[in-house]
Amino acid sequence: MIRDITIGQFYPVESPIHRLDARVKLTLTFVYIVTLFLINSFVGYLFVIAVLGASIKASKVPLKFMLKGIKGIMVIIIFTAFINLFMTRGEQLLWQWGFLSLTVEGIVLALKMCMRLILLIVGSSLLTLTTTPIQLTDGIEYMLRPFKRFGMPAHEIAMMMTIALRFIPTLLDETDKIMKAQQARGADFDTGSLMQKAKSLIPILVPLFISAFRRAEELAMAMEARCYHGDENRTRMNRMQMHRRDYGAFVVGAIYLVVIIGLRYAGNTFSSLI
Amino acid sequence: MSIQINHLTYIYNPDTAFEKKALDHVSLEIKKGEFIGLIGHTGSGKSTLIQHLNGIITPTKGEILLDGENIHKDKAKLREVRRRIGLAFQYPEYQLFEMTVYKDVAFGPTNMKLSPEEIHKNVVAALETVGIAKELYEKSPFDLSGGQKRRVAIAGVLAMNPEVLILDEPTAGLDPKGRDEILQAIKHLHEERGITVILVSHSMEDVAKLVDRIIVMHEGKAAMEGTPKEVFRHVKELEAMGLAAPQVSYVFAALKEKGFDVPLDVFTVEEAKSVLLDLVRQVKA
Repeated sequence: MIRDITIGQFYPVESPIHRLDARVKLTLTFVYIVTLFLINSFVGYLFVIAVLGASIKASKVPLKFMLKGIKGIMVIIIFTAFINLFMTRGEQLLWQWGFLSLTVEGIVLALKMCMRLILLIVGSSLLTLTTTPIQLTDGIEYMLRPFKRFGMPAHEIAMMMTIALRFIPTLLDETDKIMKAQQARGADFDTGSLMQKAKSLIPILVPLFISAFRRAEELAMAMEARCYHGDENRTRMNRMQMHRRDYGAFVVGAIYLVVIIGLRYAGNTFSSLI
Repeated sequence: MSIQINHLTYIYNPDTAFEKKALDHVSLEIKKGEFIGLIGHTGSGKSTLIQHLNGIITPTKGEILLDGENIHKDKAKLREVRRRIGLAFQYPEYQLFEMTVYKDVAFGPTNMKLSPEEIHKNVVAALETVGIAKELYEKSPFDLSGGQKRRVAIAGVLAMNPEVLILDEPTAGLDPKGRDEILQAIKHLHEERGITVILVSHSMEDVAKLVDRIIVMHEGKAAMEGTPKEVFRHVKELEAMGLAAPQVSYVFAALKEKGFDVPLDVFTVEEAKSVLLDLVRQVKA
């Protein structure tokens, strides 16, 4: 059960998308997210779905893994759909009951919002599934560099992210062990009232917190013993380098952006058609 | 009561890229009152095996019979199985969580829904067995020393009054004094109360000194079984599995090579002492 958690999971296969520089992928993902809020027509959504589909195909990651992320936010999607469906005021009223009303505008808006959410999640899963956590944090550190001038500790932020990601599997393992140990002492996590269930978590959470603090202390000590002192004069083992494929990806991204903007203007001009 | 293990097979992450066969048709019998040593290299399946014995893990194939009854037959009885077969994991002190030593030890018996008087009796008896003084009962378990914490955690399992006690590396990471205290307590439990003990250990010395029967795990199979004398005679096979015989036996092998007339089946320091003293007397005479 605890093994199903897949935060920041990397899917290890060889593909053109995997080989792209993390900075390029971060930039393009950012552009992609912005465009999700630029499009306002179903033609635009179709175009985005086509581009995303092609990218997923190129990444060689099974679609099943991509869609896993949606399960986690299903509640949010359903809630959003509900609110938009019944709370949108519009002219073409179909059905009304008390303060709930169903309008054509509501249905259109609900559809668009849900698509936006799903595309957002699947798109960012593509980034994390094709980029190792280390590459990702290196990329983030690089992208945050301009903000250093304003006192933002870019290296430290990236280091903290790396450590946090590194410890997710360790802490999951630890949780598993502690749960088993308490089960061996007759602890029961599945039955009883909500209050009892909440209480039954104490024997897991207390040891887990203590062990997290202990690990943090040990890691800090080990880093200090190796004279870690942060960003200054630090060289890298893997230097990030841009290749021709990375520039190619930028060109594709630029074309994508132009099409999206074009579609938006076209949509505004011929809105009656869509 | 006896534990019968029939063709136990367990596979981690079946049908994925991470599939791993941890146990492969293991069949064993553990009789009442036995003191068993379970040895094996890292990854040989020892820990997976012992977690099956009290139903923490459900077998992929095969069955575990407790007094002839499959422990997974009735889910409601699983808690009773876990009371009867106490399992102390490796580094058990990491599972302490209560405000006081007393309360932490009482966690198990309370879960087993024993009466308050029985809980009190069990907790005190368990803490006495592991040698924790009365003054420490109301202290926070986090203020104790490493060895004390370990003993409190083991007492937490003992307080359920198990008929079988399984200990996974109970002495790992302890100093010699802490190690001796724990082993002494375990030996005492076995001798005085007749508890069946299964000791998972990396120390061939401890195993040679304490147990009646050794089970050697190798690559998910029960590779060897027998008394310490029988098992440790197969030094070559043990070494091929990444294990060894007790250090003393190597001393005797070297003595034999030098031409001394010594037996080769000496596996504990006490035994070695008496044999060597006899030898010295003979040489003098």
